[in-house]
Amino acid sequence: MIAQLILEGIATGACYGLFAIAFVIIYKTSDVVNFSQAEMAMFCTYFMYHILSLYHVPFWISFLATLGFAAFLGIMLEYVFLRPARHSSTIGLIGITLGIEIILMGLAGWKWGAEQKEFVLPVSYSSTHTIFGDTFISDWAIALFVTTACVMTALYFFFKYTKPGIAMRAVQQNMYAARIVGVNTGAIFSLAWAMSSVIGTIAAMFFAAASTLDPQFMMTPFVRAFAAAVLGGIQSIPGVILGGLILGVAENVFGYVWPDSKPIVALIVIVLVLCFRPSGLFVRHYIKKV
Amino acid sequence: MKQDHYADVGLFPGKSTALGVLGFILFLVSLPLYLPEYNFYLLNLMIAHVIIVVGLNILAGGTGQISLGHAGFFAIGAYGTVLLMQKLGIPFIPALVLAGFIAAFFGFVVGLPALKLEGPYLSIATLAFGLAITHIIGHVDIFGGRTGIQAPPLDLGIPQWGLSYVLSSDVQKYWLFLVVALLMAAGARNIMKTRVGRSFKAIRDSNVAAGVMGINLPAYKTLAFAVSAFYAGIAGGLFGFVLGFFNPEPFNLVLSITFLIMAVVGGLSSIAGSVAGAALITYLQFSLLKNIDEIPYFGTLLTSISERWFTDEGLHNIDSIVLGIIMVIIIIFEPSGLYGVWLRIKGYVQKTPRDTHKAGEV
Repeated sequence: MIAQLILEGIATGACYGLFAIAFVIIYKTSDVVNFSQAEMAMFCTYFMYHILSLYHVPFWISFLATLGFAAFLGIMLEYVFLRPARHSSTIGLIGITLGIEIILMGLAGWKWGAEQKEFVLPVSYSSTHTIFGDTFISDWAIALFVTTACVMTALYFFFKYTKPGIAMRAVQQNMYAARIVGVNTGAIFSLAWAMSSVIGTIAAMFFAAASTLDPQFMMTPFVRAFAAAVLGGIQSIPGVILGGLILGVAENVFGYVWPDSKPIVALIVIVLVLCFRPSGLFVRHYIKKV
Repeated sequence: MKQDHYADVGLFPGKSTALGVLGFILFLVSLPLYLPEYNFYLLNLMIAHVIIVVGLNILAGGTGQISLGHAGFFAIGAYGTVLLMQKLGIPFIPALVLAGFIAAFFGFVVGLPALKLEGPYLSIATLAFGLAITHIIGHVDIFGGRTGIQAPPLDLGIPQWGLSYVLSSDVQKYWLFLVVALLMAAGARNIMKTRVGRSFKAIRDSNVAAGVMGINLPAYKTLAFAVSAFYAGIAGGLFGFVLGFFNPEPFNLVLSITFLIMAVVGGLSSIAGSVAGAALITYLQFSLLKNIDEIPYFGTLLTSISERWFTDEGLHNIDSIVLGIIMVIIIIFEPSGLYGVWLRIKGYVQKTPRDTHKAGEV
């Protein structure tokens, strides 16, 4: 029983971690906490739902089309909304992403209505395999683990060996120095938003398959993913995945004992971690210069 | 130019402003004379929003700390007032003030993480708080759960002693709300103009410099949260009586974002701006955009677009789209909000160039 709880927790946690990577990429690159991440992912998932259910496109084609759309959406939002406001203060930047958030939420509500839709992935949540005893794992979780591993590996190679990846790391360390040595920072910001939108959308598909699709379905996962990010230290991608796993397991075990209070776990984690270790569990403390 | 200290801390910077404010108050007082009764529901809502946005502005414009949890304080005020009246039999006014202090206490608690955090981290912590409050209220029986609770009749007297003065109509409530709002606005003005407010602004401009100057950072940062939450609590208490019957549903994250939009649109660090922003956004949200399909020509056009390309019943979502666009446009083009627009107009009108520096960048 406890093994089952932990396994499910790890699966959900991996999903949180995957989604948290999305806003970690943007935060590291441009120091913006993207409050619209959830709604960007929600919007793209709706896009996929739309082409799947209306035009009956094969799954993989619509999947790729959605990822393309997600990248496009990310680039557009960055270019139209954030680039003109790059010199705003923190409140201004937060305000802009909040503005994008409610715009996208309104658009989705207008286009697809507020009622819950069923979003189907080829990997079902209900088809399960027994591992041992009464512990089983669903296709959904297997696909999720594989996807997370793929994304992590791809990111590792991207940041380690490719030119844009190294340029992005340079921008993360010092934007002005990167620009001086010839990095096109604007393009890097676009790339960061596109990547983050794509990764967020992949995570949102898993969330939608596990629950239902409605304009607000990403709100809760967003907060939990943020808790995961805070737990792991918002600066590091492996740390964020680890934070997600810890949060997922903690939440599942806690939710088993007190089902009513399950949603509180993530919130308590956020507040406690921020109070006592603001830089996260796995990152060295980061001291800001005056 | 201000010549001495008293000119700076005075309630009004000059005679013309004092006259302007007086005229505005007279205008508000005269409204019940000619405005039809059904408008006062909207006006009461506006006043409740004005109070919370003025409070949010003390926090966001004053100390530069951002809160996404104000819907939580708002909910504490609304539930606190109603429950204190119902369960403990406390008369309205003490209950309202007490609920404000309960909210202020929670504000103090939320302010504790603010000592270590800034910017995005702080907004996440407050967001978590707001969501937690709504969740707890929805799951505890005394708060009426998901079904909600009914506000008792708004009685200004002490019903236990036989002194009863029940405000039943929206116009009567309007008088009460107006008085409370004026008191709160004057209070905010005083806070921002005196020692405390100047400390807040010093913290906003530079945390470290403020500390070096001898400002007690922990005390003032938590104080800013507590004061702001007190305003939110009072506004929430009034809001409960505007609605009459409420459940945890409206106190969600979108409401917190809406408050922030009101503050930003009005202009951070300006009380007049907060009033304008709150009134404008409330009007847009609850009047114009709610009935957008009834606007001649344009409404029909939108309805047909909606039926052709979108869903029929989803048209009401247009309010969040418009609010979001307003928010983004204001931040990009006029970071000081409506107050900045006003300063700019004033600058064009006045022949002699005056001190037109932007008051408070967003």
